[in-house]
Amino acid sequence: MMKVTLAFAAAAIGVTAMAEPALAQANEQFLPSLVYRTGPYAPNGIPFANGVADYWTLLNERDGGINGVKISPEECETGYATDKGVECYERLKGKGPTGAGYFSPLSTGITFALTEKVPGDKIPLLTMGYGRSESRNGAVFPWNFIAVGSYWTAADVAIQHIAHELGGIDKLKGKKISLVYHDSPYGKEPIMALEERAKLNGFTFKGIPVTHPGVEQKSQWLAIRQDRPDYVLLWGWGVMNSTAIKEAAAVGYPREKMIGVWWSGAEPDVTPAGDQSKEYKALMLQHGAGKFKVHDDLQKFVLARGKSVAKDDYAQVLYNRGILNSMLGTEAIRTAMKKFGNKPMTGEQVRWGFENLDLSAARIKELGFEGMVGPIKLSCQDHQGADIARVQQWDGKEWKVISGNYKADLSILDPMVKDASAKYAADKKITPRDCSKES
Amino acid sequence: MVAFGQFLEVFISGLLAGVLYSLVALGFVLIFKASGVFNFAQGSMVLLAGLALVRSLDWLVAKGFPVWAAIIAGLLFAAVIMAITAFLVERYVLGPLVNQDGLILFMSTIGVTFMIEGAAQMLFGSDVYPLALFPNDAWFLFDKAFDGGILVSKIDVWGGVIAAVLVAGLALFFQRTKTGRALRAVADDHAAAQSVGIPLDWIWFVVWLVAGLVALVAATVWGTKLGVQFSITFLALKALPVLIIGGFTSVPGAIVGGLIVGAGEKLAEAYLGPFIGGGIEYWFAYVLALVVLLARPQGLFGERIIERI
Repeated sequence: MMKVTLAFAAAAIGVTAMAEPALAQANEQFLPSLVYRTGPYAPNGIPFANGVADYWTLLNERDGGINGVKISPEECETGYATDKGVECYERLKGKGPTGAGYFSPLSTGITFALTEKVPGDKIPLLTMGYGRSESRNGAVFPWNFIAVGSYWTAADVAIQHIAHELGGIDKLKGKKISLVYHDSPYGKEPIMALEERAKLNGFTFKGIPVTHPGVEQKSQWLAIRQDRPDYVLLWGWGVMNSTAIKEAAAVGYPREKMIGVWWSGAEPDVTPAGDQSKEYKALMLQHGAGKFKVHDDLQKFVLARGKSVAKDDYAQVLYNRGILNSMLGTEAIRTAMKKFGNKPMTGEQVRWGFENLDLSAARIKELGFEGMVGPIKLSCQDHQGADIARVQQWDGKEWKVISGNYKADLSILDPMVKDASAKYAADKKITPRDCSKES
Repeated sequence: MVAFGQFLEVFISGLLAGVLYSLVALGFVLIFKASGVFNFAQGSMVLLAGLALVRSLDWLVAKGFPVWAAIIAGLLFAAVIMAITAFLVERYVLGPLVNQDGLILFMSTIGVTFMIEGAAQMLFGSDVYPLALFPNDAWFLFDKAFDGGILVSKIDVWGGVIAAVLVAGLALFFQRTKTGRALRAVADDHAAAQSVGIPLDWIWFVVWLVAGLVALVAATVWGTKLGVQFSITFLALKALPVLIIGGFTSVPGAIVGGLIVGAGEKLAEAYLGPFIGGGIEYWFAYVLALVVLLARPQGLFGERIIERI
């Protein structure tokens, strides 16, 4: 009898022990994180992934999650490879009580592949500052959120800054501007906007591709040495950026005439080239490096408690972009909770949250992001919500902001978004939503 | 004249880049020549050697060691790491596979590649680590004859000098030393070499160690050029067409193959690229290799293998 009782007791304890995590998991919001902590792009992938993870930890530690719903994160290593990214997506999309809340692949290639899949699985894609530029049009791309800025925004702002340096938009006429780009969907994305600008402003545009991973650029820079463009725009990622700066130095191309996109403007892009990086410029996806009010909380609730995954990259450009990415995603979930209640959200509910995300200046201040990012308002039609960017310059030790905010010229970009998304809709046989009827 | 200057510049930089590919290709040749194994892990060995060197160097400099002492100690540490790798590969991968088919041995080196890549990044980190063992600026030659001169990178020239010294050293090692001759005997037939008393495990350890040291030399040059980081492993892919052209068993072939690939791909990128969209140098090297395969399957300097059926 004693044995039977003990057996029952043991079984009961076992069941309780098993049920507890299951119960806890049932009330948790599952958020996947596609990362690349190894491979050729790891130097850039790690700080971003660390920022993403630390902000989620902050919410869990400080607030007990999002409105009390704990975040349950899981990383999957993509190595920046599209096939691995799709594999990770398939593995994680159904996890947690409600499936994945949203995905942020940090890769335009993976974004292109997942754009085809997410409508079927009803999971939103947050592609902050990357991905398809035309996915701004929410009527055609209901599941893509290219929040804060697209590559067309970046290209337009880069040209505006060059015009500013030259002394006016009319001074662009007759100038030569080259684009050294990663030969991938990411690198090719700005070409259409730059060609449009070249046509309008009368400069000569030349695209110079560099094959993955970008360690061999000698012939490209020898061509630049011969061609002598007035400015070189850099659309690189990972080791391609520092290699480009080194090669530019080797052929004597002035670094102050180089402007990188915001994915070519972080610490891992300049420090490997040492002093050769001095005066190199890059766009900012609004924010840069440095500590803001949110970092006080990160320090108090994450770093001081030994729960941070960051190392030297804390408060660097890509770490800050990671926390910003997580803030946008979790605020979309919080917005969705207002409508659907404080419980784990499905992808479809999170999508509603994104489309109704309205981060006013006051809310951004409250979140501790004042100075990092301006107001962002997404809608059914507009999945980007902001059109501004700044320029920073590397002084050999740190990035210095050297411009105010430029606003991308929507009179040029809006028709491009409209045409490109209409073409996509026609190719994929998508009937665009009527946003006037969406609630 | 400008056009000729440009051609010369691209051609010379291509030749020098080719010599740097040869540095990696040499490691492949060594192991293939001595053991008949196509070592897919050579690129990851360059990464491991480079990371061991740069991380120990940084640590020692931070501890206040003079730079020259840190460089010597760093090189020694990296050499020890490569020796440990050679020992582990021989003991746990190749040793148990003695007398197996070449394809099985090749597959095992693919496994070794992943192990080394993972272990190297886990032990030493995944960042880009700058290395400055050689000057990284350029000379501008014949600036009176050509507008702006002909650009020649100093690091590429250093790579050329190092490759020349390496080839001479390896040629002596293979031709004039007892171990070198034993290596060649093992390459011909594992079982026959064993039957005449050549210790296979020792020979394989030596050859992997030498390949590891060649990888370390390649890492010093490539690390200075690019910073030590994961992309260095992609050099293995550059070495493949070099080997196909030069032949898998020829040390001079690796150099000549490198020169052909380097000059060919750079000229193709500069002159053919603009007409077909650019970014062609990666695959153009393989086109060159295919052409050679059609004409001489054993490569320009490789041994013609005739097997009785």
